[in-house]
Amino acid sequence: MNDVAISLTQAGEASTMVPIATGTIQIVLLVSAVMFAIGMVGFLTRRNMILMFLCTELMFQASAIAMIAFGRMHLNPEGQVFVIFILTVAAAEAALALGLVVLLYRRKPTLDAEAWSELKEC
Amino acid sequence: MLSAIAHTALATVAMAGGDGSHGLPAGEPFGFQVPIPPVVDEQSFALAAWMIWLPVISAVLCGIYATLGVKSRLPAWTTVAALAGSFVIAVMTVSKLDFAKPVVVHLFDWIDLSWSSGSGTAGDQWHGLRANFALYLDGLSAYWILFVTFLGTMIAFYASEYMDEDKGTGYCRFFAGVSIFLFAMTALVLGENLIMLYLGWEGVGLASYLLIGYYYKKPAAVAAAKKAFIMNRIGDLGLALGIYLIWLEYGSLEFGVLFAALQSDGATGAGQYDGWAATLIPWCLMLGAFGKSAQFPLYVWLPDAMEGPTPVSALIHAATMVTAGIYLIARTMPFFLMNKASGGHALEAVAWIGGLTALLAATIAMAQYDIKRVMAYSTVSQLGYMFMGLGLATSFGACYHVLTHAFFKALLFLCCGAVMHGFGGQLDLRKLGGIRRVPGWGVVCWTMLIGSLWLSGIPGTAGYFSKDEILAQAFITEGTGFRILGWIGIITAGLTAYYTFRVWFRVFTGPTHYKPDESHGQGGHDEHHGDDHSFHPHAPGIRINLVLAVLSLGAIWLAVGYFVGDIWGTQVWIKNAIENSSAGTGLQLMPAGDHSTLLGFEPHTAMYFISGTFGLVGLTTAWWLHCANRKSADDLRTWLTARGWIAWLPRAMENKWYVDEIYIATIRFPLWIAGQALYMFDRVFVDGIGVNGTARLPKIAASLFQPLYNGKLQGYATSMAGGLALVIAWIVWVWMRGSV
Repeated sequence: MNDVAISLTQAGEASTMVPIATGTIQIVLLVSAVMFAIGMVGFLTRRNMILMFLCTELMFQASAIAMIAFGRMHLNPEGQVFVIFILTVAAAEAALALGLVVLLYRRKPTLDAEAWSELKEC
Repeated sequence: MLSAIAHTALATVAMAGGDGSHGLPAGEPFGFQVPIPPVVDEQSFALAAWMIWLPVISAVLCGIYATLGVKSRLPAWTTVAALAGSFVIAVMTVSKLDFAKPVVVHLFDWIDLSWSSGSGTAGDQWHGLRANFALYLDGLSAYWILFVTFLGTMIAFYASEYMDEDKGTGYCRFFAGVSIFLFAMTALVLGENLIMLYLGWEGVGLASYLLIGYYYKKPAAVAAAKKAFIMNRIGDLGLALGIYLIWLEYGSLEFGVLFAALQSDGATGAGQYDGWAATLIPWCLMLGAFGKSAQFPLYVWLPDAMEGPTPVSALIHAATMVTAGIYLIARTMPFFLMNKASGGHALEAVAWIGGLTALLAATIAMAQYDIKRVMAYSTVSQLGYMFMGLGLATSFGACYHVLTHAFFKALLFLCCGAVMHGFGGQLDLRKLGGIRRVPGWGVVCWTMLIGSLWLSGIPGTAGYFSKDEILAQAFITEGTGFRILGWIGIITAGLTAYYTFRVWFRVFTGPTHYKPDESHGQGGHDEHHGDDHSFHPHAPGIRINLVLAVLSLGAIWLAVGYFVGDIWGTQVWIKNAIENSSAGTGLQLMPAGDHSTLLGFEPHTAMYFISGTFGLVGLTTAWWLHCANRKSADDLRTWLTARGWIAWLPRAMENKWYVDEIYIATIRFPLWIAGQALYMFDRVFVDGIGVNGTARLPKIAASLFQPLYNGKLQGYATSMAGGLALVIAWIVWVWMRGSV
């Protein structure tokens, strides 16, 4: 840990002394952005609730990748710690969301999100 | 022990004056450091508390009966037993009472406050307000409580038969109301301080409201109840202000403390308490008394109060509650006398308003067709006499008239009630006649004759003596126009005899004819449906007849008791009771004419002949017009209405001098207009623009974005993503601009 601390100090003093190549981090962030975009486009275009849910998971994980990349860039372990949390929450949330989908499916035997549009306001 | 010390300390505080600026000076000549010592004798007067508590218990029991759905006469018997118990205790208490020594019976501590500016220095002003739940027994309260509880018992007994049709919840409600009334009336009469008097004052008002509105499904009864309550509120405001001013001026509200202060002042005649508050106190109290006792200009509620069941009219609106105003002024007479001593005109105002109300109400009573309303206006008129008596400084005459009036007017009302009860709610004297010859109506006929004779002041009756006490005094006491007032009273006596016997001759003599009231005005007579031929009046039962007989005997006893005053001691006893109480103390201050005469004779002697003559003339006129030669009454009316210069008179009298209409035009209508204007302002500006306008703003804003909420999940997600994109674009733009 001492090394890391020293490196951090040095990193603060001189921006040239990054522990990972700028090009590498850009690639990782690009992967993350592409994943997020795929998730978002998927979410906006699909009507199947399970697919929409998968797309949200995709966006979720894209943000997790971005977090790891930035953590690595700053030599900071907190990024990875957060990802562990995100994975845990995502697992719980997946169980909940799929449970909701099952319940909705029991009400109306369809997975189309449009089927529930009467819940809108007014 | 601690509380005893606190009490002593507070009593000292209270006596030292509530407010230093115009409180009581500590020095001479006021012997205020030595108040009247109330003889508190818990041993022999402990029972007196039950005079108040028995009606309370009865009211609670009646409420319980109502919830249990009792359908029998149990509430009536409970009430009669409780009130009879009250009366017995009153007799026992009064028999032990020495009128020269007022007794305070302490029930429990009620209001006991003291405070100061808190500076802690020697010059700290201490203020105190103490009002214990305690009874003040002196001649005046003893006198009042005796007839209140006696008549309460009698009338509750009468009502046990009268209210038979309503057995069930209504019966319980009625007797609970009567019990509440008796509780409040005893608290009013026996209260040891003005706060307790005020409690009773409001309590009788509430009971009156509840009982006038007893037939709550009848709009007229509800309106009458509200009218009575609102008119009384005007008077009660005066009483409340008067009590406040008394506390401000004298630092106490306890009768013992107040009278001690006033007596010492009255004796010296120094008029130390002639500040603006002291001048105003009698006028405020007077307003309260005029509201409760139905005097001009606040009398209009009493005739309408006849919408209540007749026993209520007899008990509350003739015999007891309406005399509370007389009691108030008799009780606070020292304040009026002090006003007089310092050159005020409060007592003269009382006398004049009383006298003029007597005349006004008598003229209205002459032209009414509803027999209960005739009796109601007669009550207003007789109460006017009592106020006249108080104003003329003969509180004995006023209080004696209260007693005789309570008996004969309750009797008259109960007779009217019996007629109404038996003849299907009929009260119109044009539709009743010759009832004397209907089987079973003998007792009602002859007891009503006694009541009418007593009310008319025919020589030898109690009403004659008590009225003469008042009228003769008008020619003795010095005051503004008291001689004219005396003649107004005498003329009123003649009118009284006329309208009283107009009712009696019309209803009980002549050819027998009757028909039930088509509208079935007073509820509970539905079994009398049908035309004249199928209608059978039902004669009063034993209980109604018994009560009428007892009240007649009471009225006769009052008359005989006056004659043989030294043997039976009625008059002596009453005189002793009144003149040793606050009502009589200091009356010697009133100036009397040196050689007061009436037509050259001593006023009392002359009055016997003059008022007797006027009474007999009135009676004879009534006999001629309404018994011997009924056609002449119609001729007279035709003659009057045919002549333009006089035709307004009978019409105005029939229409109660348009007083109600004048009130509606001058007070109610402007207030209604103002109310409507305020209502419109409220609706348009406050509600419309202020409240609803503000509330509409977010709604308008929301309606702009409403279309976005189309229920499509992707639509929401798109707008979210779009929003996010905008935020990112903005950040990027800022960052780019910053970096350039």
